[in-house]
Amino acid sequence: MDEPLNLVLFSGTDDKLQAAAVLTAGAAALGKPVHLFLQYWALDAFRHDRIDRDHGLAPEAGTEGRERVDHLRAAGQTPWAETMRQAKDLGGVDIQACSLSMDLLAIDQADLDPLVDGVEGVTAFYLNAGAGQVVFI
Amino acid sequence: MTLFQIASRVDARGLSCPMPIVKTAQAAKLAAPGDLIEVLATDPGSTKDFVAWCRTTGHELVNQDLDLATGTYCYVIRRK
Repeated sequence: MDEPLNLVLFSGTDDKLQAAAVLTAGAAALGKPVHLFLQYWALDAFRHDRIDRDHGLAPEAGTEGRERVDHLRAAGQTPWAETMRQAKDLGGVDIQACSLSMDLLAIDQADLDPLVDGVEGVTAFYLNAGAGQVVFI
Repeated sequence: MTLFQIASRVDARGLSCPMPIVKTAQAAKLAAPGDLIEVLATDPGSTKDFVAWCRTTGHELVNQDLDLATGTYCYVIRRK
């Protein structure tokens, strides 16, 4: 279990971020190190003034998917940002912003939620990924 | 019927995957080695999850029950 799980988060919709949070929390609970690398619209969703907002769903969700997600939310499903926080509390979860995406959005680390540990380039990401799997979401 | 001396309890009823495991992992971090942790959950997927989690982490799943009337699963875990 020592090889890290490396998740590259690109999409900024709540459904994909929720799925990523579940994968992160599950791995953290097993004691597996998790590295998250935030790019593009996923990074935008981690801005401190936007993280708790509604970020919409992927187009394939459609009207019925929207209803199902709302139903689960109304039933008390833990929001993805809170799931990520609890995963971080377990330890072993490192969240890094992609420096290119920081330039793209014209933001600095002060604009990001404290969940984000730092900013790094893709080379540092691959170095830290070691021999672990890289998953793109 | 076996009686357990429970050191801590986790109420994960109503929580969906993966929160029952996350809450239990948090409780295990705070517990002492050998402590028994009792977990209540209503997520049907938790049965396989708790078996897998214990197998991977080395904690021992010493008992599991399902209360059919309420759909509540009860797991007792001995911390490694």
